[in-house]
Amino acid sequence: MKTFNGKILFLDRADINTDEIIPARYLTEITKEALQPHLLDDLVLDGFTPPLDVEINSVIVTRANFGCGSSREHAPWALEVNNMNIVIAESFARIFKQNMFNCGMMAVELDAADIDRLFNKFSGKETTLTTDMEKKEFLFSCEGEDERLTFAISEFDQALVKAGGWVGYANDNY
Amino acid sequence: MGKTIAEKIFDSHLVDNPFGDIHVIRLDAVFCHEITTPVAINDLAERGLDKVFDPEKIKAVIDHVTPAKDSKTAMQGKILRDWADRNSIRDFFDIGKNGVCHAIFPEKGFVRPGYSLIMGDSHTCTHGAFGAFAAGVGTTDLEVGILKGVCAFHYPESIKIEIKGKLPEGVYAKDVILTIIGRLGVNGATNKVIEFCGEVVDSMSMEARMTLCNMAIEAGGTCGICAPDMTTVDYLWNFISDEFGSKEEALEKYSEFTADEDATYTDTLIIDANELVPVTTFGFKPDQVKPISEMTGEKVDQVYIGSCTNGRIEDLRVAAQILKGRKIKEGLRGIVSPASPAIYSNALDEGIIKIFMEAGFCVTNPTCGACLGMSNGVLAEGEICASTTNRNFNGRMGKGGTVHLMSPASAAATALNGLITNSELYRKGDK
Ligand code: SF4
Repeated sequence: MKTFNGKILFLDRADINTDEIIPARYLTEITKEALQPHLLDDLVLDGFTPPLDVEINSVIVTRANFGCGSSREHAPWALEVNNMNIVIAESFARIFKQNMFNCGMMAVELDAADIDRLFNKFSGKETTLTTDMEKKEFLFSCEGEDERLTFAISEFDQALVKAGGWVGYANDNY
Repeated sequence: MGKTIAEKIFDSHLVDNPFGDIHVIRLDAVFCHEITTPVAINDLAERGLDKVFDPEKIKAVIDHVTPAKDSKTAMQGKILRDWADRNSIRDFFDIGKNGVCHAIFPEKGFVRPGYSLIMGDSHTCTHGAFGAFAAGVGTTDLEVGILKGVCAFHYPESIKIEIKGKLPEGVYAKDVILTIIGRLGVNGATNKVIEFCGEVVDSMSMEARMTLCNMAIEAGGTCGICAPDMTTVDYLWNFISDEFGSKEEALEKYSEFTADEDATYTDTLIIDANELVPVTTFGFKPDQVKPISEMTGEKVDQVYIGSCTNGRIEDLRVAAQILKGRKIKEGLRGIVSPASPAIYSNALDEGIIKIFMEAGFCVTNPTCGACLGMSNGVLAEGEICASTTNRNFNGRMGKGGTVHLMSPASAAATALNGLITNSELYRKGDK
């Protein structure tokens, strides 16, 4: 099973699409590793430039409808090869979310109000996430300030995370 | 309780219900192209599982970048080609026979009412036009589909969109679906199937229904679906005449996959076609839609007519009608890409290719090409393209480029004028 802890990159925009996560010009690659330098190449955020430093961050917290557009699994892969195994958002596009769990990664939804609070409290600061899979609890911490939030994950998604993805699961079961 | 089309398909394809509302369903077809399949092929090989569940149910095409433009795309094609060969996949479409996946597969009769199918491509929702459940998936789902012939989905909820009345002149399926996306928003149909119905859909050709269903994903939808009817049967007749004594018999069988009167929908949207106008997009999201009249006069550098949305013969006919005997604006680049060899060849026979060429268009081979900014018309930084494709994402057709989505009629008018233009101007014949 992958781990879901680390420093957080806050992306303050809704509807970030998979062309922005990994542009089509890199889809000619046939290894996941080759995508590593190109994560978020074409991302344009409204009116601000976050430190898009993907090397030191391993968690993304963002707004609604993350991962919309193309079905390319290159988007989760580009995250994976940058050691980012979890995205927390208000909501996801269906294919992206499924792709994440299919790779044994996590795409977790939190209420808009919780996401708002996380942005207000932690955005721009060095914040760390610790995930407790047993208790289904996130711990956000930054300079002594903590916030605990429980999260929901379906049994199926949990089984995929445990099995390390859908290929292993399906090959065992079908 | 009554059922929607998608519910009927799910119930007739159930393999397993491992958790909650997760349904693992049997697939009637798995479609593959050279961009998303090679990683699945390599992964299967690495796992020692280099096989396919049924070579007859797998259809593959090289379409996104073809002919290959460099060593990397050549290798993607080669991986798919070698794999198709060693797994005896007969329906493999390589150069000379290839076209855009969502144009060529329906044309070959590979989609039937009541089918369930997946492809590693988000616009797989196009095939729902035949009364099928067709979903775009990622490479892992595709890989399992290839290996096992199954895929897992949440049990489908549907939104019903009824389009009443009659489309005004100059308003096409593309305007209808863009208007709908504008209303639903880019995630208005996430995790839902969009069932299209009403007089307008009933009177639409299969081509127009495909345009409609093609963009369901742009509202987040899993699939767009139109109920099968005589139009569907007519389109498929060449492929199904052996199975049925008459068209009526085929229709009766396929009617199994129409929605029940008392089916449940999470939402119903009623659109009055009489009020629709030609539209286009602004900004970088497909739900940012405005009447063409409000964008008129914006300068464009390139016009692109093609893609799985609007690269079919009907689309080329409409554009050619407007272009006939006229020339595109000096300095503007016009590119047309017929979506399949059959479409290309029909367009040649009908004199459409000549019209495009005389108007000053470049005619490319059937391919996705510029639609996703990979070849055949990539935009330069700061350039603007009026396009019949389906995505106006930032950088979609080239880094720093802007795309305005519109119908083939509006695109042709825009090409003539060099500015975003309503096709009305040319239909009246006053220019
Ligand atoms: S034409 Fe464009 S949208 Fe359609 S399958 Fe090809 S790249 Fe995708």
